[in-house]
This record gives sequence, structure tokens and C-alpha cells, in this order.
Amino acid sequence: MMLSFLGKRLIATVPVVLVVAVAVFTIVRLTPGDPAAIIGGNGATSEDLDRIRVQLGLDKPLLTQFLLWAGQVLQGDLGFSYYLNKPVVELIGQRVGPTLSLACGTLILAIIIALPLGTVAAWRMGGLVDKAVMAFSVAGFSVPVFVIGYVLIYLAALKLQWFPVQGYRRLSEGAWLWARHLVLPCLTLAVTYVALLARVTRAAVSEALTEDYIRTARAKGIGEKAVLTHHALRNAAVPVVTVIGVSAALLLGGVVVTETVYAIPGLGQLTVDAVLNRDFPVLQGVVLFFAMIYVVVNLLVDFAYLILDPRIRY
Amino acid sequence: MNTWKRLWRHGAVRGGVLVLAALTIVGALAPWLGTFDPSAMDASFISVPAGTAGRVTLLDGSQIDHTFWMGSDSVGRDIWSRVLYGTRISLVVGVFTAGLAVVIGCTCGLLAGYFRTADALLMRIMDGMMAIPAVLVAITLVAVLGASLSTVILAIAVPEVPRVTRLVRSLVISLREESFVEAARALATRNIVILWRDILPNAAAPLIVQGTFIAASAVLTEAILSFLGLGLPADVPTWGNIMAEGRVAFSQAPGNVLFPALFLVPTILAVNLLGDGLRDVLDPKFAKRA
Amino acid sequence: MPHVAGDASRLVAPVLDVRGLQVALPGDADRSHAIERMDLRIDQGRTLCIVGESGSGKSVLATTVMGLLAQGLSITSGEVHLKGEIILGGGQYVPERRLRALRGRAMGMVFQEPMTALNPVLTCGEQVDELLRTHTNADSAQREAQILEVFERVRLPDPARIFASYPHQLSGGQRQRIVIAMAIILKPRLLICDEPTTALDVTTQAEILKLIAELRAEQGSAVLFITHDMGVVAEIADEVLVMHRGKVVEQGSREQVLHRPREEYTRMLLAAVPGMVPPPPRELPGGSALLSARRVGKTYVRRDWLGRAHRSAALHDASLSVRPGETVGIVGESGSGKSTFARCMLRLIEPTEGVITWGDSEVQSLPERRLRALRSHVQVVFQDPNRSLNPRRTVGSSLVEGAINFGMTAAKARELAETLMDRIRLPRAALERYPHQFSGGQRQRLAIARAVACQPRVLVADEAVSALDVSVQAQILDLLREIQRDLGLGILFITHDLRVAAQLCDRVIVMNRGQVVEEGPTAQVFSRPAHPYTQRLLAAAPGADVGVVAAVA
Repeated sequence: MMLSFLGKRLIATVPVVLVVAVAVFTIVRLTPGDPAAIIGGNGATSEDLDRIRVQLGLDKPLLTQFLLWAGQVLQGDLGFSYYLNKPVVELIGQRVGPTLSLACGTLILAIIIALPLGTVAAWRMGGLVDKAVMAFSVAGFSVPVFVIGYVLIYLAALKLQWFPVQGYRRLSEGAWLWARHLVLPCLTLAVTYVALLARVTRAAVSEALTEDYIRTARAKGIGEKAVLTHHALRNAAVPVVTVIGVSAALLLGGVVVTETVYAIPGLGQLTVDAVLNRDFPVLQGVVLFFAMIYVVVNLLVDFAYLILDPRIRY
Repeated sequence: MNTWKRLWRHGAVRGGVLVLAALTIVGALAPWLGTFDPSAMDASFISVPAGTAGRVTLLDGSQIDHTFWMGSDSVGRDIWSRVLYGTRISLVVGVFTAGLAVVIGCTCGLLAGYFRTADALLMRIMDGMMAIPAVLVAITLVAVLGASLSTVILAIAVPEVPRVTRLVRSLVISLREESFVEAARALATRNIVILWRDILPNAAAPLIVQGTFIAASAVLTEAILSFLGLGLPADVPTWGNIMAEGRVAFSQAPGNVLFPALFLVPTILAVNLLGDGLRDVLDPKFAKRA
Repeated sequence: MPHVAGDASRLVAPVLDVRGLQVALPGDADRSHAIERMDLRIDQGRTLCIVGESGSGKSVLATTVMGLLAQGLSITSGEVHLKGEIILGGGQYVPERRLRALRGRAMGMVFQEPMTALNPVLTCGEQVDELLRTHTNADSAQREAQILEVFERVRLPDPARIFASYPHQLSGGQRQRIVIAMAIILKPRLLICDEPTTALDVTTQAEILKLIAELRAEQGSAVLFITHDMGVVAEIADEVLVMHRGKVVEQGSREQVLHRPREEYTRMLLAAVPGMVPPPPRELPGGSALLSARRVGKTYVRRDWLGRAHRSAALHDASLSVRPGETVGIVGESGSGKSTFARCMLRLIEPTEGVITWGDSEVQSLPERRLRALRSHVQVVFQDPNRSLNPRRTVGSSLVEGAINFGMTAAKARELAETLMDRIRLPRAALERYPHQFSGGQRQRLAIARAVACQPRVLVADEAVSALDVSVQAQILDLLREIQRDLGLGILFITHDLRVAAQLCDRVIVMNRGQVVEEGPTAQVFSRPAHPYTQRLLAAAPGADVGVVAAVA
């Protein structure tokens, strides 16, 4: 049973990856103009253009081109940026660190804040915490990330001078410095994420609390705290984990914007610059990369189900 | 009780509708609210602080007396004018994006829910689309299609389609199993009629709620796109563009970023609140009466 | 009025003593109180059955005693004493701590839905263990031993395996046994059972009832048993209390209430219960079969992730026929295949084998387009009256939907709708109303009218009265008989309720696990069942001495 579940989930990722690949591939082909010129971008010379044409087989039928490109991708070759004069894979490799630091930091921060808040809100529905959580979650979803960013910069960095205004320091330069530069960006991005997670947790826990087994638990005479943690929360975990997986795309999108606000040299900056400079190979590569992260995250979520929900295991 | 009455009773719905009505009026009456041409630049009023008054020279040479309620930007454009005209664009983007996403998503969802072959194909496509961050999809589409109002609307609507499709599809699937749908089949009613008459009306309420949230998200996304410089051209007065322009000199003149935010945030907030309120009233799960 | 049961108990305080209990409902409910002025007592070793229809307030009593009242309900007056200790007095419970200490220890509760009563992510052993950890100081080895022992007492097969299993791996009957185990493991003085067998098959129900009776005898506990089923009451009650809309209508010994009822309502309730003995067979007009099925089967194929096919036969080699004026019953427990069979015959699903005939036409593999024209021949009434009418359409438009599909003009359809309303005894003006404005019984009548509007030759009733209170059920069955008589309809009646089958059907088919195990005239099958499964089924039906034999029309 367990093996079949994993097998099914793995096989289900194939069509997703395929659709993303086709989408990414077609985008460039859709752009009006000479594909070679587009791929070459602003920095390509006419010899480069000829080379591109041969390399990509632009004279061959579309399907062959796709298969060639797909083959390259599977071998780890995501193309070449003529604008920055480096292989795309290398560019991504350079920028991955900051982006992942930001994303993971935000995720951990959000989970630590949102899950307890949502649980307490569901437990004492209509109470102070509940109202606060609901108000905050609507507000958090309504303020764009960059507005939050600028407000935070204005308060914490300019006025109070607690944190640096912008920039990023690598882990290799010292953990304290690295963390200090990440505080404001993570907080900024976390606002939206906490808003979402707290709401979902609240809904999941309150849903669980209406179930029959909660009544059975109370009829056994166990205390409310045990009812909440041992029974309600354990069951609410599954929908919450699901949302964490699905909203990974939301998180990654937010990372793109946050990096711009805080001048963090990550994949987000890379993407924005690529669009501004019409550097399509980089754009393709980054989109593909982000989609892969999403797929991996969701596979991890599926693994989590195995642990959390015995109905899937057996 | 009449649904309209119930809706109006709900605080969040009332608040949201009132704010949006006010914004619509502001946008419609923008030319008469102390503004002038939002793309007109007067070099003698570059980056003036809020409240400055003076005599402005317009593009055609005429001169007017004007107070820069929100100051001016780095090329001499009046921020107050740009913000008010920006209201129009934001509202248009919100409404049309939501409408487009709902229509496309609803069609796909109905097809996927009722016909098994369509289901397999459509859902794989939707799953794939959900794997790419919405912002990136929008950015890419604008980059490919060029930056105009219609392409921006399309670019923001496309990533929202999968969620609507999933919603409608799951509704159709659960409704398909309902007794009254089975009864309709036993009574020899055609599939199309069943879809239109029995299934769609039951999907209307969640769709309206979802559409409202999409509108809020669309205004947000448009602001993000403009802010990144990847949305509508920089001279078009959208709130995001104004903030993008203002961010360069943020430390000296934070108002250039914060004033448009003063309009942007309440707009999105109002639409989100409206969506919350609509859901409370229309969604049977939250209704007190079954 | 307290009822004394046995001399010895006069000296011992009753296990449960309720005096003057009043529980108020929230403001927007249809009446002011869930329970009005209730007095009852249960002595040691006795079973008190609370019987009533839906909305009578009987479940509220159970949650009140346990101190688990739903939100919105409030105690306006009354006292509850448990083993002489007051737990509710002057509108106030004793502190929550005390109540928690009593729950599970002094009083145990068994609920109605075994499928959802257990936490799906914890093993069964863990869930019972939690109870022991809360109330006792035993160490883990002792607790495990106690749990395994109680699992044996509730007759669970292989207790060690069940200890480590999760609820979804067990059947409904097994899950209910675990709930019972949790309720009795600490040998409480009071056992509260709120419709514990309603969601179970009749054979499982018989086992659970026997189990409860055994445990009661063993431990000497008092049992408060809530049910709507008079047969169950007849089977297990020592004392009976009848409730109607929150008020106590009658209470007394089993003998007195069931056989010499004093109150009108009780008499009405008892008269509505169908008896287990079928009436003498009636004269039938005869004629060729209106609906027939020959060797019908339905196999479902499920493909796993490797593409391998797993076949499961929901239905195999099933045959029957329905003639004019005849009522044929399909009887079986859940999973017997009776619903699948019905759906095949209605062509709501397509059978994988066999022949299905509507009148003269073979329909088992006709495409939907061609089928539509023939659908007026066979119509259906479903189980859930709340869901079989589109909530967003007026009742009038739902009624004539089929008739219009089959070519009737709107004007004629309107006339037809009005005639039908007269026949089902509802006001014509009600055609403009929406389904939620009607009661369950009325909605079922509307569903019958809708089916009849198509002028069918055969009516299929798929558990059409199972979701209704017994008094309403009697009315619907009368309506069906009347319509059948007037229109010469054949009726195919699917049910799990043996009593209804006994009184309504001329011939009956017994199904088990997708196959027909026995068929024949009702009187014969009920009095001289040939197949062992039928014998088991009939033996399991509770309270054979209760119920009324239908007068032959």
C-alpha cells in the first residue's frame, strides 16, 4: 500500500513536469521575431546567432527541437546566457544560496508563528486571539510584500537603525551577519505567509473539533488540552501540511519581489534582470528551476502524509 | 430572508462595498478633483514635498494654479493626479481579471467535472500551471506579449485559472453524485440541461466568492508587476508604477512610495473583506441555516 | 412518576435519578425547550429505553447527563443525581474537574456513528489506553493487559492485532465494540447508549445488543438506551419512556407500555410499526413482466499505479421480474449489492453482464440517447428526501420535469401538477414553494408524485422510507399502496428493513454479497426460510412480538 502510494505520487509528477517543460519551451517560440535573436538576446553577435541556430536546430521541426532541448535539460544543460556570458546553470548555482536562505527562513518563521496562533484561535473561537488572527490574516493578505518591506525598512532600519537597510551576506562571512541581514526580508515575506497559514490552521483545527471522535474523547473524561493536542491537532495536521505544499509557489513568487526590495542577489533579482534584458535562456532556466522546487516540495509533503495519516500507510 | 438583505447586513460586505463605491466615484470623477494631466511633467516642480502650491505649465503650454497634495515625483509629475487616475486602472484590472479568470476556469471546471476524458487532460495542465509561481507566469507573459492593459489583464488572469478550475471541478463532481442530479437523469433530462440548471447555480456562490478574491489578488499582482518595472509602461499612472518610480529616493522622500500605498492597501483590503463577507453569507458551510 | 422495580432496589439509591429536568433551546429553534420537565430513574442492573422520533429530545438527555451539552442549549431547571451524588443542580453542573473524573469511570457512553467515533490517526489500543491513563495509576504493562482483556470480553477477534490496528482497518461492528470497550472498561455504574446500533446491519445489531445485555448482567450496571426502533425496545428494555417533542408522554414497564399503552401517542407509535409476520397473500391481476432482469452482473475494475487491474464484483448473476400490480422486495444488508442491482435496472449505471428488459425493450446496453425516450417506463424514488429535490427549484417545476421531458405541454403539465398535489394531499398553492419549506415526509410524497407524473409502469423505491420516522413511514407506505392500486403499477422496493418488506411486498428477494440467495412469496420466505443467511437475518431482527400486520387492501 505504502509503495503503491509513493509510486502513484512519483508517476503523477511526470505530467506536471512535462506541462511545465512544454510551457517554458513554447513561451520563447511564441515571442514575435527571430527565435535565435531572442535567445541570443542583446549581447549576441551575428556569429553567435548562427551558432545558436545550429545548436538549437531551429530549422528542424518543432517536436525535434523540443526533444533536443529536453534532452539537454535532463543532462543538466539549461542553456547559455549571451547577455551575462555564462551557462545558466552556473548563474542559478551562484544565486541559489540567498534565495533558499530567504525562503527557508521565512517558512520556518511562518510555521512557528502561525500554527500556535491558528490553533488557539480555533480553540477559543470568537475570543480575542481569534478576532486578532482573522483581522491580521485579512490585512496580511491585502498589503503587497513590497509595501510591507518599505514600511519595515522605514521603521526598523532608517528610524530605529536596528537592522541593515538592504543587502545580503553569505553564510561563509559569518552566521551572525548572515542572520542579521535576513531578519527584515524574512519578516516581510512572512507576513503574507503567516496570514495564510494561521487562517488555514484555524479552519482545520476548528473543523477537527466538530468531529465525532472529539466528543468520544471528551466522554472519556480527558482534559481539554489533551483533546486539543492529541486529537484535534493531529488530525488537522494533514490539511495544514497540504496547504504548505501548495502555497510553496506563492512563497517563491514572494521571494522574487522581496529580493528586489532588499537588493538580495538571489534568483529573484536574476529573473527580473533577465526580463528587463530580454535574456530568455535565463528566464526559461529559472522558471524550470522554480517549478522543480515546487515538485520536490510537494513530494516531501506526500512523504509527510505517510507519517501523519495511517489511512494512507495501510 | 432575502439574500440581498442578508448580504447588506453583514459588516464586512457593507464596508467593502462602501469603500469600493467611493473609489469608483473617485476614479470616475478624477478629472474634476483637483488634478491635471497625469503624464504632464513640469520641470520646475521636481520632487517637491506634499502640500506645495504653485503655477504649473502643462504640455500644451497653458498654466494652472495647483496644489501638490501629495508632492511630485522626480520628473515633475503630480502624484495626487497620478494616484487618482491610477484608481481607474486598478479597478479595471481587478474586475476584468477576475471576470476572465472565472469564465475560463468555470468552463474548464465544468468540462473536467462532467466528462472524464476532458478531466484527465485539463487537470494535468492545471497541475503544471500551479507549479510555476503566479508572479513568474505573469512576468513571462507580459515579457512575451508586450505591455498593454489587455496583455497585463490576460497575464494576471492566466495563473488564477487553475484554482477556479479545481473549485468548479470539485463542485461538479460532488454535485454529480447528489440525489437530485440522479433524479434528473432518471427523468430523462439531458446532460447539458443538468449542467446548466442544476449544477451551475449551486456553483455560483463559491464562484462569486472566489472571483472577489481573485480581483483583490489581481490588483496586488498588477502593483507588484509595475513595481518591478515589468508591468504597464512607466508613464502610465498605476499605483505600482508610482511606487516604483518613488523607490529610488525612498530615504529622502518616503511619501512617494507611501502615498500610493495609502490607496492601494485599502482597495485590496476592501475587496478581501467583501470576499470574506460574501463567503460568510453565501457559502452553505458557514451559514447557520442548512 | 418514578417507577419502582423490585423490592431490593427500594433500599439502594438509583444509579441515575433525574428530577424536573428542563433544557432550553436557542432562540431561533422551532420550540422553546429540548426537554420539558423530565423525571426518570434507573436502578442497578435495569435497562431503561428512551424511545421517540427525531426531534423528540432523546439525544439531548444523553448529553445532558454526561455534561456534554451542545453549544446554545442551556439547563433552565432540574437535578441529576448519579449514584446518589448530585452532578447537576439549580441549573449548574458540578465543577468540570469532577465531571471529567466521572466520565469514563462512573458513566460510560456509546454513540450512534461507529465509523466516525474513533480518532483515525491513533491506534485503537492507544485510544483505550488514554482512558486508563487518565483515570488509573496502572503502569503500561498492566494497562495493556486490561485492554486486551476487555477486548476479549467484547468479543473482538484477535485482540492483540486489534490493539495495534487503526480504526479504518476495522468494520463498523468492530469499531462499535471498541467504543463499547472504552465505555465499560472501568466498570461504570451507568452505561448510556445513544442509538448505538442504528447505523449497523441487523445481524451486527443483534450481536451488539446481546453484548450490551451480557455486560450489563455481568457488571450490574444500569443502562440508559436511546432508540427510535420499537423492535429494539421490545428486545432489551426493562422499563420504557416515550418522548415526543421534548415531553415525556408515557413511562412504565416494558410489558405495560408495549402491550397496554395508556397514551394516544404511544398507541399511534406502536400502530405504525410494521409487524414481522406477513399478511396473507393478495390477488394479483397478472400479466407479462413490466420489468425483468436476467443474470445481471456488475464488475468494477480498478487500476493500480502499475496498471494492473483489480476486479471486484458488486453484483453477480441476479435475476428478478415485476408484474403489474405486484410489489417485489429486495432485502439485504449493506454491501449486499441491492443498490447496485436497483441502479442497473434503472440504467443509472450500466451492467457488465445480463439482460434487463423494460416492457418489451432490452435496455442493458442501450446508449443514453435511445434510453431517454424509454425512461418514462420506469421511475424512481430515492432514499433521502432532503436531497432528491433540487433545492433551488420550486416544487412545481420539479414535479413536472419528467412529464415535460416526455413531451407534455406546459399547460397540461400544470394541470397534471395540480392533480398530483391533490392525490398526495398537499395544497395546490404549495407548488410555488421550495423544498426546504416542507417536512421530510412531505418531500418524499412530492418525490413520489414526480415519479408518477411520468406515467410509469414500474416504480422503483430505493430505501424510500428508511430515512423517515416510523409514523411518517406508515403514511408513505399507505400512499404507495394506494397509487399502486389505482394505476396498476409494479413496485420494486429495496430495503434493509425486514418489517417493511414483510408488510408491503408480495414477493421478496434476499441478497448477500452481490448474489441472490433466496426468493419467493413473502409469507413463505419469512415463515420457512430455506437459505442459512435468510435464517440468520430473520433471527436477528429484534422484537418479533411488536408490530402490526397490514390489512389486506
